[in-house]
Amino acid sequence: MRFLICLIAAVFLTTAAGPVRPASAQEGDLQSAVSGFAAGDYDATVEAIKAVSATKSERALVILQALQTGNLQIVTDSSAVVITTPAGDEGFKATDAATGADAGTVATDAIEEVRINNRVRRELASAIGTLTLFSKSDSLRMQAADSVFTSRDPEMAELLGEAIAGEKDADVKRAMLQAQAAITLAGDASDEDKIKAIELVTERGNQDALTLLTTVAGTSEGELKAAAAKGVASLQARLDMLGWVQNVWYGVSLGSVLLLAAIGLAITFGVMGVINMAHGELVMLGAYTTFMVQQVFRASFPEAFDYSLFVALPAAFLVAAAVGIAIERGVIRFLYGRPLETLLATWGISLILQQAIRTIFGPSNVEVGAPSWMSGTVEITAGLPFTLGRIWIVVFAMAVFAVLTVVIKKTSFGLQMRAVTQNRRMANSVGIRSNWVDAMTFGLGSGVAGIAGVALSQISNVSPNLGQSFIIDSFLVVVFGGVGNLWGTLVGALTLGVANKFLEPMAGAVLAKIFILIAVILFIQRKPRGLFAQRGRAVE
Amino acid sequence: MTGPITSRLLLLDKPSRIFLMVVLAATVAVPLLNLLTPADSFIHVPTYVVSLLGKYLSFAILALSVDLIWGFCGILSLGHGAFFALGGYAMGMYLMRQIGDRGVYANPLLPDFMVFLNWKELPWYWHGFDSFPFAMLMVILAPGILGFVFGWFAFRSRVTGVYLSIISQAMTFALLLAFFRNDMGFGGNNGLTDFKDILGFNLQADGTRAALFVATGIALMLAFVACRFIVTSKLGRVLVGVRDAESRVRFLGYRVEHYKLFVFTISAVMAGIAGALYVPQVGIINPSEFSPANSIEIVIWVALGGRGTLYGAALGAVLVNFAKTFFTGAIPDVWLFALGALFVLTTLFLPKGVVGGLSKLGLLKRSKPPEKSLEPPPLAEPKVEAQP
Amino acid sequence: MNETAPDIIDVIEASKPALYLDAVSVSFDGFKALNNLSLVIDVGEMRAVIGPNGAGKTTMMDVITGKTRPDTGQVAFHGDTDLTKLDEAQIANLGIGRKFQKPSVFESHTVWNNLELAMKAKRGPFATLFARTSSEEEDRIDAMLKLVGVSDRRAELAGALSHGQKQWLEIGMLLMQEPSLLLVDEPVAGMTDAETEQTAHLLREINKTKSLMVVEHDMTFVEALGVKVTVLHEGSVLAEGPLDFVRNDQQVIDVYLGR
Repeated sequence: MRFLICLIAAVFLTTAAGPVRPASAQEGDLQSAVSGFAAGDYDATVEAIKAVSATKSERALVILQALQTGNLQIVTDSSAVVITTPAGDEGFKATDAATGADAGTVATDAIEEVRINNRVRRELASAIGTLTLFSKSDSLRMQAADSVFTSRDPEMAELLGEAIAGEKDADVKRAMLQAQAAITLAGDASDEDKIKAIELVTERGNQDALTLLTTVAGTSEGELKAAAAKGVASLQARLDMLGWVQNVWYGVSLGSVLLLAAIGLAITFGVMGVINMAHGELVMLGAYTTFMVQQVFRASFPEAFDYSLFVALPAAFLVAAAVGIAIERGVIRFLYGRPLETLLATWGISLILQQAIRTIFGPSNVEVGAPSWMSGTVEITAGLPFTLGRIWIVVFAMAVFAVLTVVIKKTSFGLQMRAVTQNRRMANSVGIRSNWVDAMTFGLGSGVAGIAGVALSQISNVSPNLGQSFIIDSFLVVVFGGVGNLWGTLVGALTLGVANKFLEPMAGAVLAKIFILIAVILFIQRKPRGLFAQRGRAVE
Repeated sequence: MTGPITSRLLLLDKPSRIFLMVVLAATVAVPLLNLLTPADSFIHVPTYVVSLLGKYLSFAILALSVDLIWGFCGILSLGHGAFFALGGYAMGMYLMRQIGDRGVYANPLLPDFMVFLNWKELPWYWHGFDSFPFAMLMVILAPGILGFVFGWFAFRSRVTGVYLSIISQAMTFALLLAFFRNDMGFGGNNGLTDFKDILGFNLQADGTRAALFVATGIALMLAFVACRFIVTSKLGRVLVGVRDAESRVRFLGYRVEHYKLFVFTISAVMAGIAGALYVPQVGIINPSEFSPANSIEIVIWVALGGRGTLYGAALGAVLVNFAKTFFTGAIPDVWLFALGALFVLTTLFLPKGVVGGLSKLGLLKRSKPPEKSLEPPPLAEPKVEAQP
Repeated sequence: MNETAPDIIDVIEASKPALYLDAVSVSFDGFKALNNLSLVIDVGEMRAVIGPNGAGKTTMMDVITGKTRPDTGQVAFHGDTDLTKLDEAQIANLGIGRKFQKPSVFESHTVWNNLELAMKAKRGPFATLFARTSSEEEDRIDAMLKLVGVSDRRAELAGALSHGQKQWLEIGMLLMQEPSLLLVDEPVAGMTDAETEQTAHLLREINKTKSLMVVEHDMTFVEALGVKVTVLHEGSVLAEGPLDFVRNDQQVIDVYLGR
C-alpha cells in the first residue's frame, strides 16, 4: 500500500522534474539513459541525469552518487560508462554503470571522468534528493531529510513538501518537517512562519539546529530574534547535557578498555603479587589469535564470519592461558618473593614474545575484521549516537568482570586461590596443592588477558606493539584501584577513563593523558595502597 | 675504622682499582691510537669507534647511577632514562644555540624547528642556553630537581618496591608523551640534532671527538670514585641497611626518606651528566630516550654486570651495548630475542651478575676482608608490599 | 627534634610515667586490634606483657613507636610528649628503642658495623656521609660487643650469627641508641634454656638504668624476670599484677592459660 502511494507520488513528481517514462520500461531505459553520459557535454549530462533518475531503479542512485564523487568514468575506446574504484598502481576496477556487472580493470589513461559544472551539480543534487526522498528504504529517506536540513537548499522545498505529504513513517516525517522548517528559516518567509519554524528546528536538538538558530538570532529583529534566542538557549542547554552524557559514555567506554586490559593483571599482580610485565603481550597474543581464527573463517566458512569472535574467545583464552602457565612454571615460580627480579624476567619474556610475533606475522598491523552485529550506531536520542562496537566492549568488559568475581568468590577454585594467597603453608597442610593453584591462578589471569585481546582487536590496531601501549596504563589502574581488589580495579578503570575523556576537550588528548599520569603518580604517593586500601598489620 | 676523608676516597678494593686502571688506560690510549696512528695502520682506532666507545662510557656512568640506588639502597627506578634524557636535552639545547645562523633557515636566534613551526621568538626556557656554563648548570639542575621533587613525594609517603618502579615508569612515560609534542618547544618527534660545534670546536673533527671521549672517561672515573666515597661511608652503610631492613633503620632513628632522597637526587644528577656527555657524541637527542623500555634496559645492564658492586654495573653497560651494536648490525631480528633472554637468564641464573659469577669461581679475589663486603644477599629484596 | 633523651633522674623527680597509654583504639577494616587499651609503665619499671595470638601486642608496639596511628586515645612518653604526632625516627630519637619479634639486624653488615650504625650520633645524611668514628666511640662499641657476648665475632657478617646471637646483637643495637625505654618483642623465641636464662639476666641488668616493656610467650622466662605482668586479650587489658596473681585470675585462665 505504502509502496503504491510512493510510486504514485514519485510518478507525479517526475512529471515536474523530467520527461515521463512508463515504469515498465525501466531496465532497458537505464541502459540508454546511462549512455547519455558518454556524450561529454553538460547539456547531455543533465539530460542523462534526468533520464537515469526517472527510471527509479536501484542502480540509479548508485550511478548518480558515483557521478557526484567523480567515480563515473567513460572508457575512451568503447564509450562504455563505468563506475570505478581505485585498484593500486595499475589503474581502476570498473563495473558497468547500468548493470553493475564486472568490467575488468582499466588503466588510468584509458578512461575519462564525466565532468560536472554547477548546473549539473544542482541537477544532480535534486535528482539524488528525489530518488532518496521517495526511496522505499526508511533510512535512505531519513538520510535525505537530514541532508536537506544541513544544505537548507531552497530548491528542495517543493520536493520536500510533496515527500512530506506522502510520508507515513512518523520519525521520517518529523525529520522532513524539520528540514522544511530549516529551509523556511534560511529563506525569506514571514516572521510569523519563521517563529513557527523555530519550534520545529529546536525540536531537532543537534549542532546543526543550533548553528541555524544562532544565525537567525544574529540577523533578525524583535519577536523573531527573541524566539530564536530562546531556541538557542534551550538547544545550548540540551547540547551541553548531551555533551556531558557523551563524555561520560566515552569515558565509560575507555574505562572498559582499561578494565579489560587491567583485569587479568588484577589477578596476577593483585591477588598473587606477581609483577608480570609480559601481561600486555598476552593481550596481544589474544588479538593475534583472533586474527588467526578469522583467517580460518575467511578461508573456510566466509558465510559464518560474523560468529568468528565466538570461536576466537575460547581460543584466545586457551592460547594466552597456556603461554601464561608456561611462563609461571618456567620462570616466575623460581622468583617468588623477589618481585623486582620477577619484573625484569617477565620484561625479558615480553621482548621475546613481541619479537616472535614480529618474526612470524611481520611488524605491521594485521587486519582484524568486525562482525556485522558490532558495526553501526544506535541513536539513544537525537544527537546522541553510540557506536555498537563500543557498547559491546562495555557490555563485554562488565561480563568478564562479573564472571571473574563469581569465579573468585563462589567457586572452589577461587576459594583455594584465596587460601593459598593468604596462608600458603596452612593451605598446603589442608591438602591444597599450592603449586597447582599458583599455575592455575596465573593461567586464569593470563587467559583473561587473552580474551581482553579479542575485544581490543576490535577497536585498536593489532600489531606486535599492542601490548606495550597498555601495560603502563594497566598497572596504574590496578595500583590506583588498590591491589588485591577486583572492585578497586573496576572503579579505578572507570574513574581514569572518565577523567581522561573530560580532560581531553580542555587540554587535548596527549596533555590529558599526561595530566592523568601525573595525577595518578601523585595519588599513589598520597595513598600508596590505592583507592580501596587494605589496611592492617599483615600488610607490610 | 674509617680513616680521614681523603684516604677514604682511595679506599678501593682490588676490582675497583683494576676497573679504574682499565678506564684510565682506555681514556689515554684510545684517543692516541685515533689521532697519532696512520689511518691504514692495524692499531688505528677509527673516529666512529672512538665515538661508539664514548657512548658506551656514558652508558657506564648511567649504569653507575642506577646501581647506586638499586644495588645499594634497593630502589629500582624504571625511569632513570628520564634523567639521562633531561641532561641530554640541556646539552642539546646548548648545541642548538651554537648552530646560530648556519641552520637551514639561517635564523640567527631560532633553531630550525621553531622557524618551521612559525614561532616568532625564543621560548623563555631556551634563554641562557647559548652560554656553556649555564647549560652545564642545567645539565645538573634539570634532572636533579626532577629527581628531588619525584623522590620527595615518593619517599615521604613511603612508596617502595614495585610501586616505586611502576610510578617511576609512569613518570618517564609522561615525559615521553610531553616531549613528543611540538608545542613543548623541544623539537617534538625529531628532537634536537644537526649540531655543528661545541665550545667553538667542530663536532665532526677527530680532535673534538677524541676530547669528548677523554671527558667521558674522566667523568666515569670521577663518578666511580664519588660512588665509592658514598657507599663506603657510614651513609652508605645506612643505605644498605635500608635495602635489607628498612624498618630497622627507621626504628634506629634514621629518617629513611632523607637518605633515599639524597641518594636518588645524586643518582639523577649523575644520569643527567651521562646524558650530556652522550648527546654530542651521537649527535642527536629525541624523545625516544624517555621511552620506558630504555629505562628498563639500563636495569638489565646493572643486573647482568652485578649490582651492588659499581664496577660490575659499568661492565654490564659496556657488555650489553657492545652486544647490541653487534647484533643490530649483523642480525637485527635476533637482538630482541637475545636481550629478552638476557633478562630471563640473568635473573634466574646470575642473581649477582657476571661479577658475582666470576668471584664465585675465585677469579676475582677481594683484597679486603668480608667486613667491607657490600654485596647484596641473594634474597635481600624488599618484601612484596601487598599480601592480600 | 629532641635529640637527647631526658635525664632519667629528672624524670623520676617529676614522677611522670615513662609510658602512658590511655583509651587507645585501632581498627583494621572493622577488626578492632586495640580496644580502649590503657597501660602505664613507670620510670625504671620493667613490665612483662603476655596474651594469646592476636591479642594486640604487636599493634600496641606499633602504636607506641609511631608505625600505626591510633584511631582514638592518648600515648604519652615521660608525661608530656605526645607520641601520636611523631613518626618512627622521631620517636626513636626521643629515646624509645624497639626490638622486633623476628630478629632484625643488618645481615650484610658486620656485627661491628651494626652497632656503629645504631650508636647515638647525628642521624642526617650529610652527617653520616662525612662521619668518622672517634676512638671513644670505638671503645663504647667494644664494650657493647662484650656486654651482648659477640666480641669474638665482631668482624663477621651479622647474617652469619646464630639466632640467639642475632637477638642479643639487636638488643645491643637498641642500647647503643641510648634509649630510656626499651620495647622488647619476644626476645627469647627460639633460644635454648641457657640462652633464655642469660637473656633474662641481661634484661634485668638493663633495667637498672632503663624502663622496659617485654612481650613474651615463654612463662618460665616471664617468671625469671620476676616483674609485674599485664595480660592482653582482644585488644584490651584483661588483668594486671604479679605473675602469681594473674595466673589465678579466672578470666585469664579461661582465655589464655587454661587452653
